Amino acid sequence: MDITSDTHSQHISNQFNQELEELKTHLMAMGGLVEKQVQDAIAALLDSDSRLAERVTDNDRAVNDMQLKIDEECTRVLARRQPAASDLRLVLAVIRATSDLERIGDEASKIARNALSLAESGLTARGFVEVRHISEHVRKMVRDALTAFARFDTELALKVVQEDDAVDSEYSTAMRSLVTFMMEDPRSITSILSVMWILRALERIGDHADNLAEYVIYLVKGLDIRHSDVESLDDETLKRKG
Amino acid sequence: MSVTLSPRGASAEITDFDAAASCFAIDGLSLAYDGRPALRDLTLAIPRHAVTAFIGPSGCGKSTLLRALNRLHDLDDTVGRAGRIRLEGQDIHAPDVDVAELRRRVGMVFQTPNPFPMSIYDNVAFGLRLQGIKRKRTLDEVIEWALVSAALWDEVKDQLHTSAWRLSGGQQQRLVIARTLAVQPEVLLLDEPASALDPISTLKIEELIRSLKSRLTLVLVTHNMQQAARVSDYTAFLHDGELVEYGATDSLFTNPRLARTENYITGRMS
Repeated sequence: MDITSDTHSQHISNQFNQELEELKTHLMAMGGLVEKQVQDAIAALLDSDSRLAERVTDNDRAVNDMQLKIDEECTRVLARRQPAASDLRLVLAVIRATSDLERIGDEASKIARNALSLAESGLTARGFVEVRHISEHVRKMVRDALTAFARFDTELALKVVQEDDAVDSEYSTAMRSLVTFMMEDPRSITSILSVMWILRALERIGDHADNLAEYVIYLVKGLDIRHSDVESLDDETLKRKG
Repeated sequence: MSVTLSPRGASAEITDFDAAASCFAIDGLSLAYDGRPALRDLTLAIPRHAVTAFIGPSGCGKSTLLRALNRLHDLDDTVGRAGRIRLEGQDIHAPDVDVAELRRRVGMVFQTPNPFPMSIYDNVAFGLRLQGIKRKRTLDEVIEWALVSAALWDEVKDQLHTSAWRLSGGQQQRLVIARTLAVQPEVLLLDEPASALDPISTLKIEELIRSLKSRLTLVLVTHNMQQAARVSDYTAFLHDGELVEYGATDSLFTNPRLARTENYITGRMS
């Protein structure tokens, strides 16, 4: 059966309702911080803002701390409540989601470190157009995946999953043109390599957003669509299977 | 041992094929105490060599259903019944069925351990002696086999002739299971077999249940949902005398089909 975002507040035990509610709230707070980290890392790159880039790398510790805290809360719920059905799926989805959010945070730090080295070298690199384009795309994916999580919205989650293919193909195109730039102008290799690392980080962020969206579908429908053929999935299929 | 038939829910019909492929085939079973309905038109097949658990709130009919499987309700004149129960294809209410033989084939273990006031040996020998088996060597062999099967032999082999009442609650329950196993049943019905036991004894009983399913079909009634999730292969959720949902335990406890099941197993108000 499908569940809704208020399903987890209907237990006979109010304490249990509260514990599950807190898991969701803390996950959303972590998601908000991670989203901001990605946004700041890209801004630091495009505006050559070293101070902002440093702030992003410093904030990564806060992301890690949040992951540890939420995982500990999940462990406590598992040990004390032995949740079943949708409650169990919520706890599993949150544990998995914190791991992907933490990695998005790591990718944001990577972008910030590369932005810092580019800013310090004073080089203007090629490929910023591609970075701007893909970053907008993956930031939207992260935002939508988190919104889907908050609202238990499988339709939106499915859109995120389907977006990931578009990001992957944009990434391949951008990489090909950067390789061409490097062949044309070998002096630009160092700076272009930094941009390539950044594009790679953005592509990975897209993958993690895709994972987050898959957890929403698992949580709501009880369907594990990891390793499924995305093309064959549409909302009707999910409705039938759920 | 493979399961030949997946369980059928309330809406499905039991065909002769299903009845032949399952241990119990229950067809449109309704039961009432003094005209008050306790089971309403239940249809389900219980697979062989598997553990099937009945869960549900107090008064939902799970113990009534369990007792119907070896005709324990025969002792109560106020009970009315409609529908059919087949054991290995044979109607258990057919006029030619010997009830004592049915209860040998379908053994029952209750919530509170009930060893007889006699020695451990005599407890296990009881059913065999009723069957007319008197030869000491045969009795010795079967009693050792039954106690080994019930995972009790090592603990009692040096005190077989002391009173069964000296055993702990958990040991007494395993003794009762050994007593039931001694007469070679095909099915073991367990009505809350571990609810009066401490956690370690409970785990021993659960381990025993799992080890027995290669030889027997087991049907378990339990209030403890974690227990149903731990030991059973199939779970049936009953509510108000109706079979609400019946399916593989793995999917029922992670992704039940119906909201009523979800609400019950996750402790929500329904």
